[in-house]
Amino acid sequence: MRKLINDPADVVTDALRGLAAAHPSLRVDPAAGTVVRSDAPHAGKVGLVSGGGSGHEPLHAGFVGYGMLDAACAGEVFTSPVPDQIIAATAAAHGGAGVLHVVKNYTGDVLNFRMAAELAEDEDIEVVSVLVDDDVAVEDSTFTAGRRGTGATLFVEKIAGALAEEGAALAEVAAVAREVDERSRSFGVALAPCTVPAAGRPTFELAEGEMELGVGIHGEPGRERVKAGTAREIVDASLSAIDADMPLAGAELLVLVNGMGGTPLVEQYVAYAAAAEWLAGHGARVVRPLVGGYVTSLEMAGCMISVCRLTPELTRLWDAPVQTPALRWGR
Amino acid sequence: MTGTADGADLAAWIRLAAERAAADAGRLTSLDAAIGDGDHGLNLDRGLAAAVAALPDGAPPGKVLTAAGRAVVSKTGGASGPLYGTALRRAGKAFGDADPIDAAALGAGLRAALDGVRELGQAAGGDKTMVDALIPAVASYDAALAAGTGLAGCARAAADGAAQGADATVPMQARKGRASYLGERSIGHMDPGAASTALILRALADTLTERD
Repeated sequence: MRKLINDPADVVTDALRGLAAAHPSLRVDPAAGTVVRSDAPHAGKVGLVSGGGSGHEPLHAGFVGYGMLDAACAGEVFTSPVPDQIIAATAAAHGGAGVLHVVKNYTGDVLNFRMAAELAEDEDIEVVSVLVDDDVAVEDSTFTAGRRGTGATLFVEKIAGALAEEGAALAEVAAVAREVDERSRSFGVALAPCTVPAAGRPTFELAEGEMELGVGIHGEPGRERVKAGTAREIVDASLSAIDADMPLAGAELLVLVNGMGGTPLVEQYVAYAAAAEWLAGHGARVVRPLVGGYVTSLEMAGCMISVCRLTPELTRLWDAPVQTPALRWGR
Repeated sequence: MTGTADGADLAAWIRLAAERAAADAGRLTSLDAAIGDGDHGLNLDRGLAAAVAALPDGAPPGKVLTAAGRAVVSKTGGASGPLYGTALRRAGKAFGDADPIDAAALGAGLRAALDGVRELGQAAGGDKTMVDALIPAVASYDAALAAGTGLAGCARAAADGAAQGADATVPMQARKGRASYLGERSIGHMDPGAASTALILRALADTLTERD
C-alpha cells in the first residue's frame, strides 16, 4: 500500500485539518469530524446537513458553503458517521427553521442518521430526512437494502441547498430534494479497486482485462464482472442501464460524468464525449453537463454516470449561485 | 448449579469481547471484504474499545450494558454501531436494577437484544445478518434454561447456537445490508455480523465459565 498519509488511523483527522487550513470559510472540528459554514446558523433558513463515510471527497465536506450544505459530518473511511457527530452538525446548522438530512441509502448511514434525528428532535430541532437512492445497478429493491445513494447526492445537495438559500420552508426543501432523487439515476463501472487505508489491501480484486459493472462507491461489487471494454462500450453499458430504468428520450438532462478517484480527467472527458454522442443518438438533450471527480471512491479507477431529468425550476436552482470548496459559480 | 452475574462479570465480558475482536479483526474484515465493504473488523474493534473505556466502576449489570451500548452507538459508525449498541442497551434495560442477575434475567436480556436488533435493522431470520446468529442463540439459551441449566451453561448454549447460526449463513443469499447488493454472489460466504455475534457470545460464555 503506497498512500500519501501519515498514519492509517489519522487519515480522516489529518484531512480535516488540511480542509480547515485551506478553507477558512469553513468551521472544521477535526476531532469531532464536523464541517460547518462559518456563518451558520442563519436565522430562519432551513439547515442542510449531510455526511457519510470519508473517502468520497469532495463529497460531503467539499460541498459545505453558500447555496449548498450548512454542515457535513465525516465518518471514518467508508464508514457512516456516528449519531454524536450528526447531532452536533444538526445543532450547528439549525437556524430555527428545521434541518434537512440528506442521507445516502446505505444501512449504516440510514441507521445512524435515524438515531441522530430522534435525538435531535428531543432537543426540539425539527428534522426531515431525504434518502438518496439513484443507483440503477441494484435491480431488485425488494430483496436488497434498496438502491444505493451515489452521484445524485451532489444534485440533491446543490438543488435543495439553492432552495433553502432562497428561504423556502423545510417541507418545500425536502420536497425538491425528493423530486431530484426521483428524477435521477446513476450507474458506475470500476476498472481497478481501491484500498481502505486502515485495511491496507484492496477491497476487491479485478483480474487484468476485467471490469465490474454497476460497482458501488465503496468498491462493493456490482451487477456483473465482464471483460473490460472501450470507453464507448463502458458508457453504452452505463447509459443503457439507466435508460432501461428511466427512459431518457426527449429529456432535458443534467449529466455528471464522475471520476471515481483513480481515473484521470483526460479519460473522464473521453467518457463524456462518448456519453454526449450516446445521448444525442437517443434523443436526449444535455442542458447542464459536469465532468470531474465529485463523488469518489478513494483511488478506485472507473467512472460513474449520473443523470437528472431537469425541469425549468430544477435548472434554475442548479444555476443558482454556489460557493463551496468543490463547486462554485455565480458568486 | 444456577449462578448469577454482577456488574463486574459483565464488564469482564465486554473486556474479553473487545480483546477477541481486536485479535480477530483481520478475519472479520476479510469476511466483510468478500461480501461487503471490508470494514467490519475495524469497526467492531473501535466500538468495543470505546465500550471498554466507558465501563462504569461498581455499577449494576444493567448500567454496565447501557453504558457500553451508548459508547458503541457513539463511536462505531457503520450499521454495526447502532445495531450492537442497541442490542447492549436493550439488554441492559431489560435487566433493570437487578443486581446480580440470574439465568432467567440474562435470557430476557438476550431476547431483548434480539428484538432491538430486529426492530432497528428490519431484518428477519434467513436474511443473512446477525439476526441469524441471535435467533438460534436465544432459542438454545431458552432450551438450556428450561432444562434447568445454570447461568454459565445457558451462556455456552447461546454461544453454540450463535456459532451454528453463523455457519448456517454461508449458503444464504443476503437480503439486508451491503451484501444484499451481490444477490446470488453473496452465497458461499459467512455473514460477518453473524460471525461477530458468535464471537461476542462466545466471550460471554467463556467469561462466565472461567469465573465459575
